[in-house]
Amino acid sequence: MKKLRIRNIDQGAIMKLNKILKNTLLIVFACFALSACATSKKTTGQMQGDVYTGTDTVEYLASGVPDRVFFATNESVLTTASRETLRKQAAYLRKNSKITIVLEGHADERGTREYNLALGERRANAAKDYLMTYGISSDRISVLSYGKERPVDSGSNPLAWSKNRRSVTVKAN
Amino acid sequence: MKFLIKLIFFLILIPSKSFSLIEVDITRGNLDPLPIAVSPLSIDENSKQNFEKILKKKNIGDEISKIIEVNLKTSGLFNPLNRDAFLQAPDIANLKPRFEDWNLIKAQALITGKVSYINEKLRVEFRLWDVLAGKEMIALAFTTVPTNWRRVGHIITDKVYQRLTGEKGYFDTRIIYVAEEGPKTKRIKKLAIMDQDGANNKFLTLGNELVLTPRFNPTSQMVTYLSYFRNLPRVYLLDIETGTQEVVGDFPGMTFAPRFSPDGKKIIMSFAKDGNSEIYTMDLENRIVEKITNHPSIDTSPSFSPDGKFICFNSDRSGYQQIYVMKSDGSNVKRISFGNGLYGTPVWSPRGDLIAFTKLHKGKFYIGVMRTDGSGERLLTENFYQEAPSWSPNGRVLIFYRETKTDDKGEGFSAKLWSIDLTGYNERMVNTPTDASDPSWSSLLSN
Repeated sequence: MKKLRIRNIDQGAIMKLNKILKNTLLIVFACFALSACATSKKTTGQMQGDVYTGTDTVEYLASGVPDRVFFATNESVLTTASRETLRKQAAYLRKNSKITIVLEGHADERGTREYNLALGERRANAAKDYLMTYGISSDRISVLSYGKERPVDSGSNPLAWSKNRRSVTVKAN
Repeated sequence: MKFLIKLIFFLILIPSKSFSLIEVDITRGNLDPLPIAVSPLSIDENSKQNFEKILKKKNIGDEISKIIEVNLKTSGLFNPLNRDAFLQAPDIANLKPRFEDWNLIKAQALITGKVSYINEKLRVEFRLWDVLAGKEMIALAFTTVPTNWRRVGHIITDKVYQRLTGEKGYFDTRIIYVAEEGPKTKRIKKLAIMDQDGANNKFLTLGNELVLTPRFNPTSQMVTYLSYFRNLPRVYLLDIETGTQEVVGDFPGMTFAPRFSPDGKKIIMSFAKDGNSEIYTMDLENRIVEKITNHPSIDTSPSFSPDGKFICFNSDRSGYQQIYVMKSDGSNVKRISFGNGLYGTPVWSPRGDLIAFTKLHKGKFYIGVMRTDGSGERLLTENFYQEAPSWSPNGRVLIFYRETKTDDKGEGFSAKLWSIDLTGYNERMVNTPTDASDPSWSSLLSN
């Protein structure tokens, strides 16, 4: 666990650096082309760091209960927003105690296939662990990793990749 | 006395000349491929008609020669000369080449031969000649069933390759891979197998379930792969001769990243549970399962050294994906990749001296090799996305797959097999009827 945290900080620092670099670039670009700047802003508007924060691909288990959470590159740590989503899912599952679920873990295409299978499994288990701490029995949860095999967005750009790094809660019955 | 010296001199000269026959150096990038003439294998009228009946090929001698030509050309080490320039008729050339004629068209080596139909079998004899020295380098004959005619071409190429480079060939081999179709978000994947040159392509599964990472057993025609049959991702064992298959082991979760041990008796793979992937082996005879790694990080993509004493694998225990080597019992774990970037898919060379890998650095993917202690890292090719190298059985060529970047609309995705020499030269696409990924090279089918 301690190790995970250390990694988190590293990743955060790298992401910040990336962001700084990106922002500097944006300013430079802005001097040349305003329209280019506008589209880039739209892109960053749907990501925080490189975690997807938009709703394009999200489906709902019930009204107000999003079905998926998103991850940073190479990460399986749940963000604040992800935890909120999972608490909503847990509340929904506690109310509907007969529903069993499959947590489908996914990775983006920027990794080797085998490592991504393991990473998808790790992401789905991060969601599982959190649901369990909110009272959902492990009997009701199974985990399935797809690695990079089932992207929702076929794009080859950072926004598409952020949508694909996800754990999706699917009703199994 | 003078005469004696002359005689001795002469005697020394002769053997040294016979030893200085042509050689092809495969340890360096070959920018000057050896000019070689493949004289069409000669065939008598009766045999020709018989083979035409059985194989529906007008001139089987011609067809076999074409296979040899293509093999030699794709190796990057040879330059097969245009047949139109050949002066000597195939049947006569096979008896005794007129070396001046072949010298004239700048051929340094010459392949001649003869095919005949004997007792319902295909008999082939062939010779390799050193044109400059005017000497025969190989003379071999063998007999097989006519339907094996393509393999005859591959076996002849293997013999020629071995005689001229000093190392075994890789032409009488097959590739197992994953054939892909459909949109990127709903890819349909099937196991497929083909000859090394792309011929005889055959699909082994129907595409009803997702299949990934097939790997050949180095000692038999067995294959291990990952299947999502019934949505349970598990490692399977498939006999490609009989089509029978079975789940490997009884694990309560996903097993993946399988590979055979060099003796073909064990499968090594990852088992993922509770967010932690560990490496296990299973003995195929007594079904004993052993846990090899024990670490709360991801441990995957294991590959044995050819002597079976070591395992290289991929782990993120340092925080990110890196390559590690350990003893085959799991002890003595050492990280060997220390360059910039992330490292994955380590595969031990069949020669034992190198580990091939995929590297991700600054948004680019590389296929590279390093020594087994991590020194001497050499990147062979850079691209938007490529991974999963597999060695040719002689450890001279790597086959891998490459995916294209999609455009703004998410269109234009494709996945293809590529091969490259260990030298970093001779990069070429391997033709497949559909898109393709996850190639695995078989051992030589004949020795």
